[in-house]
Amino acid sequence: MSRRTLLAYGAAIAGVAALALFIGWWQVDGPGAPEPVAQRPLPLTQMDFQMTDQGGETVGPASLLGNPSMVFFGFTYCPDVCPTTLSDISGWLDDLGDDVADMNVVFITVDPKRDTVAAMAEYVSYFHPAIQGWRGSQDQTMRAAEGFRASYEKVATGGDDYTMNHTASVFMFDAEGQFAGTIDYHEPREFAVPKIRRVLARTEEETS
Amino acid sequence: MNSTVAAIALAFSAIVGLPTTSSAGSEDIVVDDAWARASIGINRPGAAYMTLRNTGTDPVTLVGLETPLAMMPDIHETKTDANGVSSMGPVGEITIPAGESVSLEPGGMHAMLMRLQTKMVEGETFPLTLTFADGGTLTVDVPILGIAARGPEG
Repeated sequence: MSRRTLLAYGAAIAGVAALALFIGWWQVDGPGAPEPVAQRPLPLTQMDFQMTDQGGETVGPASLLGNPSMVFFGFTYCPDVCPTTLSDISGWLDDLGDDVADMNVVFITVDPKRDTVAAMAEYVSYFHPAIQGWRGSQDQTMRAAEGFRASYEKVATGGDDYTMNHTASVFMFDAEGQFAGTIDYHEPREFAVPKIRRVLARTEEETS
Repeated sequence: MNSTVAAIALAFSAIVGLPTTSSAGSEDIVVDDAWARASIGINRPGAAYMTLRNTGTDPVTLVGLETPLAMMPDIHETKTDANGVSSMGPVGEITIPAGESVSLEPGGMHAMLMRLQTKMVEGETFPLTLTFADGGTLTVDVPILGIAARGPEG
């Protein structure tokens, strides 16, 4: 093999390697990178939406400031995920007792068409008394979901019936409204309760 | 495709009156810990849970549900994706392998009770009939617990 052929081969290999590196960069960090799929919720102070709580009061993200919060999305026509989430949370709150006396716990409906304020009020009354039920217009619900980086989607199930796919995680915020982590749907109590305790501790540090 | 063939075969056997209890198996199914949550009125779908235990030596397939409580009972499954988004859909048939159990429990599979005919009242029970692929049936009395129940113990 002549020296010239060797050089040509070498150049070709170097070229391929450089191209591979470039493609890798493009796809991972460069303009070709996929959008991050699950983004962190905004701080509550940067969210902007208005809803009605189970008592008929006008509420919004600012109503949650001053105390730590847990917020989750669902709908009352949901036979499995939502009652399970609400009863899981009720159990966590029972475990935490007086430690969570001041925590905001908010269930936001993604199905305001069927979930009226009265329907939300009745539904939450069956669970832990700390759990609030918030309902907004379609537009305000969409704005809330955007702030929490949550998603929901109506899925027809035949006839006029429909169900909702929705983000089932519980979002936690500290008293200043900073995002403080999530609890996954149906996460075991032995993981969920310490997570809530950490948010409560963080809040105490901030206020002391 | 297979289910279409099975459905046609089943329909045909019903028309000509062939015995549907040919291959054994479903009599080996034992249902444990059945429970359901009370409903608010009849507009919302209900859900029932249980564990199906196959004590026999052959796999057994659950193909359908029936109850006077709901017009459209069906086995549904909840799935949660990597982004935490939960969705729910029918699972069709469930096969319980020989000597094993399949659980219908919150966050997994459940008997979805669509088009409730009556309100599900805490403290009452309702009959739920399971139909298996061999034609056998099993009726379970499902206790109705509170709306906030987390499991068969309440």
